[in-house]
Amino acid sequence: MKLIIATIKPFKLEEVRVALTELGVKGMMVTEIKGFGAQSGHTEIYRGAEYAVNFVPKVKLELVVDDGMADNVVETITDTAKTGKIGDGKIFVLDVGQAVRVRTGETGLDAI
Amino acid sequence: MNIKYLKCTATALLIASLPTLAAAESAPTLVATDTVFILNSLLFLVGGFLVFWMAAGFSMLEAGLVRSKNVTMQLTKNVALFSLATVFYYLIGYNLMYPLGTWATEGVLSGVWGVAILEAVGVGRDGADDYGYASTGSDFFFQLMFCAATASIVSGALAERIKLWPFLIFTILLTSVIYPIQASWKWGGGFLDATGFQDFAGSTVVHSVGGWAALTGAIILGPRIGKYAKDGKVIPIPGSNLALATLGTFILWLGWFGFNGGSQLAMGSIGDVADVSRIFSNTNAAAAGGAIAALILTQVLYKKPDLTMILNGALAGLVSITAEPLAPTLGQATVIGAIGGLIVVVSVPILDKFKIDDVVGAIPVHLIAGIWGTLIVPLTNSDASFGTQLYSLIVVGIFVVITSAIVWYVLKALFGIRVDEEAEINGLDISELGMEAYPEFSKG
Repeated sequence: MKLIIATIKPFKLEEVRVALTELGVKGMMVTEIKGFGAQSGHTEIYRGAEYAVNFVPKVKLELVVDDGMADNVVETITDTAKTGKIGDGKIFVLDVGQAVRVRTGETGLDAI
Repeated sequence: MNIKYLKCTATALLIASLPTLAAAESAPTLVATDTVFILNSLLFLVGGFLVFWMAAGFSMLEAGLVRSKNVTMQLTKNVALFSLATVFYYLIGYNLMYPLGTWATEGVLSGVWGVAILEAVGVGRDGADDYGYASTGSDFFFQLMFCAATASIVSGALAERIKLWPFLIFTILLTSVIYPIQASWKWGGGFLDATGFQDFAGSTVVHSVGGWAALTGAIILGPRIGKYAKDGKVIPIPGSNLALATLGTFILWLGWFGFNGGSQLAMGSIGDVADVSRIFSNTNAAAAGGAIAALILTQVLYKKPDLTMILNGALAGLVSITAEPLAPTLGQATVIGAIGGLIVVVSVPILDKFKIDDVVGAIPVHLIAGIWGTLIVPLTNSDASFGTQLYSLIVVGIFVVITSAIVWYVLKALFGIRVDEEAEINGLDISELGMEAYPEFSKG
């Protein structure tokens, strides 16, 4: 099993969700986050005083999938979330040691 | 606004001296005294409840421009200060402001100390305090709202760090003594009125007074933690809800029609009603001018328009036209308001340079635009002179700064006026009230 963490532009969330659902992904976790990468920050002015906006809003997706499906998922997110402009986000893939479904106690692939 | 009771319309005076029947026959276009009394009182009542609604405007503006951790406190202060103003204007303020010729010190200090007394229930022509003019109840109601508005101005500037009770004690002294005494100098027929000072609805008497008290308080209180870095750099503290701030501004804009229109103080003749209409239109034009000026100037200076400045600009336009909303043409009113809007955009960063932390922009809007509005009156009103306008606003300024400073320093010595550092960082809602305005955001 792999845990895929993807940070994407917030307005791309719905498109990515639809694409992943079509691929057969059965669940995901979504968090609104702020952060910075290559895009870093920018400055704004409030009532005449300049201030730095160091973190920009993103959406973080987390989903656990079968090893064989991971590459497909990564590819789908990359294709769907891409705008070609700076700040499209990043994807990380991690190994998952165990998964448990709380309701039934099922483990491993049965739990996801 | 002119002197209560002394300003009756020419029509009303004429009619009052003639038998009603004869007047009706010989001059059918003239209005009967009863009708004049009713219409004048109606103007005060409608104007009064519009100005009352400005309390909601101040509340929403301030709730929107403070951080979410201080919203409950800001709302608490606004409802409490309005209610206290109501009680103390009744107990002391009203008679202190309107001595009706009974002075302890001629033209300076009223000799009437006591509660406001209204006319009896179901009063008739004979029993009315001033049958030729308007009911005392309508006048009291209208004037009270101006007094409360003055106190509302102060709360925004001192937001997010002042303790509740010392602020409320200041409000009591402002509404019972400080505001009424200086208001008597102009509107009570005192020495400033005798000099020919012109302040129709209170650019000086209301707005600069609130502004001076706010400025004095903001200096003595000091800036919010984190507002100014050690190197003097200004660190913006954005407001929590610009939708509320915008709603508050529109409510104030609406209330201002009562504020300025009601200050015509008479509606019993064609001339008066036409004047009230003119005032409504000019007041609106000035607000629009102020908003547009701030919109354009922030776009030019900062490359993006700043909504909070546009809102302040509209209010500055309103304050600017308040000293003389009748005489200007629509074009002049727009320009007078627009210059008020420019003044705000320029003066907000200047206050920051002096590390005077005014959370909602009350000082630029009410004090600096109030000074501008007072000084520009001679442009359109030939009864006013620049020297008298300047003299009067300086006299009022010195009086309010000195009395406010005394009150603030005494309160500081007795109780302290500022919450402690931890309380300020955690927010006054939790630390002082134990109640958040938006609890779901943190507790789920």
